[in-house]
Amino acid sequence: MLGKGILKGLVETARNFFGSYAEKERLTTVQFPEERLVQPEAARVFPFLLYDTDDAEKGLRCVACKICEVECPPKCITIEKSTEKKPDYAGNYAGKPQFYPAKFSIDVSVCMSCQICVEVCPFDAIKMDTAFELSTDDRFGGLLWEKDRLTKSNEYYHLIHPTEAAEVDAQLAGKKAKAEAKPAAAAATTGAAAAR
Amino acid sequence: MSVEIAEDRMAELTGDPDSGQLLEISMGPHHPSTHGVFRMNVTLEGERVVRLKPVFGYLHRNHEKIAENASYLAAIPYTDRLDYLCSMTNNWGYALAVEKLVGIAVPERAEYIRVIVAELTRLQNHASLIGFLLQDMGASGTPLMYAFREREKILDLFESLTGSRMMCNYMRFGGVRVDTTPEWLEEVQALVSRFPQFLDEFEKLLTENEILMSRTQGVGILPRELAINAGVTGPMLRASGVNYDIRKVDGYGIYDRFTFRVPLGEHGDVYDRYMMRALEMHESLKILEQALREITAGPVIDPKTRLRGLRPKAGEAYGRIESPKGELGFYLISNGTTEPYRYRVRPPSLINLTVLEDMCLGRSVADIVVILGSIDIVLGEVDR
Ligand code: SF4
Ligand code: SF4
Repeated sequence: MLGKGILKGLVETARNFFGSYAEKERLTTVQFPEERLVQPEAARVFPFLLYDTDDAEKGLRCVACKICEVECPPKCITIEKSTEKKPDYAGNYAGKPQFYPAKFSIDVSVCMSCQICVEVCPFDAIKMDTAFELSTDDRFGGLLWEKDRLTKSNEYYHLIHPTEAAEVDAQLAGKKAKAEAKPAAAAATTGAAAAR
Repeated sequence: MSVEIAEDRMAELTGDPDSGQLLEISMGPHHPSTHGVFRMNVTLEGERVVRLKPVFGYLHRNHEKIAENASYLAAIPYTDRLDYLCSMTNNWGYALAVEKLVGIAVPERAEYIRVIVAELTRLQNHASLIGFLLQDMGASGTPLMYAFREREKILDLFESLTGSRMMCNYMRFGGVRVDTTPEWLEEVQALVSRFPQFLDEFEKLLTENEILMSRTQGVGILPRELAINAGVTGPMLRASGVNYDIRKVDGYGIYDRFTFRVPLGEHGDVYDRYMMRALEMHESLKILEQALREITAGPVIDPKTRLRGLRPKAGEAYGRIESPKGELGFYLISNGTTEPYRYRVRPPSLINLTVLEDMCLGRSVADIVVILGSIDIVLGEVDR
């Protein structure tokens, strides 16, 4: 019969329409911005620079090695290395003073949220943020984020990526323990030699 | 082009200056069916198409040259943006080419994960293609909404795995970036078991619909010989009855371990192309089920794989995969530096698009839209 297929289809649309009142499965829209979906933990939007302790300047992990600047596919990171070293405030570098970025900027409008900078950074100094409402009416300065806007604390990192942050912390603690064990072991052997 | 000029060229086009008035119109780039980035110069005699010239390049982003000036790792996020509906398969094609070039082996678990994400990509691509095709036919909204509802679930899975819904940047030469959690695999399993219900619903909604049938059956026929000669691949080629699926022919990755059918069409018309997608979704589900059952434990990438500063020996390699749209190939030539000397993409959308005129000749304007919709193009890939 002509029209049977159409009627069959209409039954489906009716099922979906009335079903959307009963089944959560069929009602998938949310009223943004009042309602928001929870972002998954892995979500990535824009990078930020991590610092330990509560001082964004002194505790900054980045050592200005410029690896991320070179590897960033659209080349939106600009780093200026400092001329003098700063002391290892948070104790991530076995007490050795390190260089730091005098200037570190990322262009929001160019960044393609690819996470390559995070992958290549050997010091776990740069991570991905999940905040996505980054639009601004200032298309010059407002889109070029400098160090002051890029730095976020380790607590914040724990807040947005709890599992990943815990792993990174464990890794860093392991490295620290190793670094501390070395001089201690050296001291122990010299101590033993002196006792003998 | 103005009507007068077209009239002047009437003799040239039809061989008969008195045959009637010709009208040249420019469809797109701002035509709803061309998504703002594609144009067709159509010459009409009345309502009948006598000539059609596709014009593209509106979305050209210099992908190949950018990749030739970037490291091997930095090209991966750019491949996401080729066919932006299927970033996972694009990643795979590129990773495969680099793996061939350097000779990197991929751990078994990574191969399984690749198959899982690639088949999920195929599911969401085919579902949305059917939605778009029906949208172009005038079924505004409903099928597309249903398709997008399902697609969203798959994109959610991608987001929780890779951090991004569409620009996944997930595969690396030598494996994949992060391992899946057991919960993620369970969620995929749940999706795979629910998906047939959606497919049934979708098919009940569409397959027997008289309007769909009369708009698509016998429309835009692509003869078998022409399809082969033009290098058409993917579901479009199979709709014309040619049994050619790179998953079967090459058995790249671990596709030779799975049993699945390659659906074939008979007539090569738009309806067959629609059916091809619907049937392939069922086959993808079969592959997914087998992969989820058999997936092994182990590493997903060799930790010694050199991602940064990779310097392949001088040489060349061609990696190709069956992307949801057809044969997606990456051709790389290395001269021993950190950047490829030549990087070339074989985009299935572009090559499938070349037969558009042959399918449209003699049809009406309304059919052009439907035929274009059935090719399944993504302009990000056509223009690169
Ligand atoms: S996320 Fe990608 S594009 Fe953005 S700064 Fe990092 S490397 Fe560059
Ligand atoms: S963020 Fe990491 S890779 Fe980039 S300069 Fe700082 S330490 Fe080096």
